Amino acid sequence: MSFFKVETRNVSLYYGNTAALKNISLGVPENKVVAIIGPSGCGKSTYLRLFNRMNDMIDDVRVEGEVLLNGKNIYADGVRVEEVRKRVGMVFQKPNPFPKSIFENVAYGLRINGVTNKRYIEETVERALRQAALWDEVKDNLKKSALALSGGQQQRLCIARALAVEPSVVLMDEPSSALDPISNAKIEELIWELKKKYTILIVTHNMQQAARVSDWTAFFYLGELIEYAETKDLFTNPRNEKTQNYITGRFG
Amino acid sequence: MQQRAEASPQTMQSTAFGARRPVVYYTDSLIKSVLFLCALVSVFTTIAILTVLLVQSYFFFKEVSLVEFLTARQWTPLFAEKHFGILPLLSGTLLTSLIALLVSVPLGLAVAIYLSEYARRPVRKVIKPFLEILAGIPTIVYGYFALLTLTPLLQKFIPHLAGFNALSPGIVMGIMILPLVTSLSEDALRAVPDSLREGGFALGASKLQVSLSIVFPSALSGIMASIILALSRAVGETMIVAIAAGNLPQLTFNPLEPVSTMTAFIVQVSQGDTPYGSLAYNTIFAVAIALFVLTFILNMISFRIRKTFLAAGGG
Repeated sequence: MSFFKVETRNVSLYYGNTAALKNISLGVPENKVVAIIGPSGCGKSTYLRLFNRMNDMIDDVRVEGEVLLNGKNIYADGVRVEEVRKRVGMVFQKPNPFPKSIFENVAYGLRINGVTNKRYIEETVERALRQAALWDEVKDNLKKSALALSGGQQQRLCIARALAVEPSVVLMDEPSSALDPISNAKIEELIWELKKKYTILIVTHNMQQAARVSDWTAFFYLGELIEYAETKDLFTNPRNEKTQNYITGRFG
Repeated sequence: MQQRAEASPQTMQSTAFGARRPVVYYTDSLIKSVLFLCALVSVFTTIAILTVLLVQSYFFFKEVSLVEFLTARQWTPLFAEKHFGILPLLSGTLLTSLIALLVSVPLGLAVAIYLSEYARRPVRKVIKPFLEILAGIPTIVYGYFALLTLTPLLQKFIPHLAGFNALSPGIVMGIMILPLVTSLSEDALRAVPDSLREGGFALGASKLQVSLSIVFPSALSGIMASIILALSRAVGETMIVAIAAGNLPQLTFNPLEPVSTMTAFIVQVSQGDTPYGSLAYNTIFAVAIALFVLTFILNMISFRIRKTFLAAGGG
């Protein structure tokens, strides 16, 4: 068993012959928020996508090492990738609601799992929308197209959509980089709330955001994990020179 | 072209005086005018064709009322006892076209989904040229294929099938418009942003679920446009039905019987010995106008769907 909710052990990832992630070992305790920071192209999104095996869809990708979810290697033989993804929700950089109604967006994850109990679906949709702090804004318009919502609302809808299938881990890939400051603040507040129930990994370019929302922060550079520490330590007292240079804005 | 040749010495001169900009200016405006004339050709052609159709069919409608044309149930302009109801031709056209759609839509969409969502690049590279070849086969070849190969084959399974019938050319026409449905639908499917697919996969959806419940509905308007365009192509198709459908105008929706379509009738009259200017001769213009209106409406619908599709952020 692993002490951590999710963990990577000596994970390397190759696109063809190029190593995008080099020997990364990192663990995330349950109900904590871990922020992953680093300059563009450092592999942080690739790293995040290890946990729901979204890298599988790219041709010519090879993963070495172990990625553990609840102590079990999700890259082991016989693991069904769909099952992994049901337990690990993901929120993307740009809101990507389906061109369906608000209700159907949130219900989608249930429907593809063959859930047909109408009452159960309605209750779950309401719960997920409440968790995503969107319920009050949309409860009278559940039949409206999700595309009619504002960008910030769409992103919270995508969070609700991910939460509806009751994952235990939520991956967020720069979830508020495409949003205005107010929507951004709402998402950050939400992350604080969600932490009580979920384990969260968040990739962000915004160091203030990392400092505000996360318990632990990992700094990636050129596919390597340079430093991983409690957030307040990493930002006030970085051990590595590269980390210091990055968080003080000297490169990246 | 001559104008251009004359213009060049002048432009050379002005270069000699060091005035470079006018050279560019003159050639530029000359090319602009030439291109504009080219564009006008298509406009004038359309207007000319419409004028001919309208004028000639005026002579027709002077003798036959529009009501009779649209409601009579027999079409026998070449017989001694003449009837001028377009319904049999219309039913023949719609029957063969619908059979074509029944073949091409399910097959075409399946191929489009396969090519867009499943096929890896090397496979797509092999399949696509074959579809292009299908689109490039002359329709006369399709026509003989329907008459001499498919009909005898079908007769082994359907004993009542007439030698000329609606079924066989309909099926072959479906194969003919298959590339159209496939390639336009595939374009629409590929235009669906990958972020939507990722959203589905991230929720644990399978490839089939993502393809059918996210990508397909997102591309639906583009797919509808492709289907209507294909229908319009089938309605206008001539050679296959002229050869294999039997040229027998009758108001029926039985695919096993011979029928005639609007296009096939026009062929029949144009190549026959119908005297120029006679009422029978003028019928082809009335039929042509009806055909024109029909395909025009279909194209407009397709165009409008495509437009709203583009406005909605599709591809």
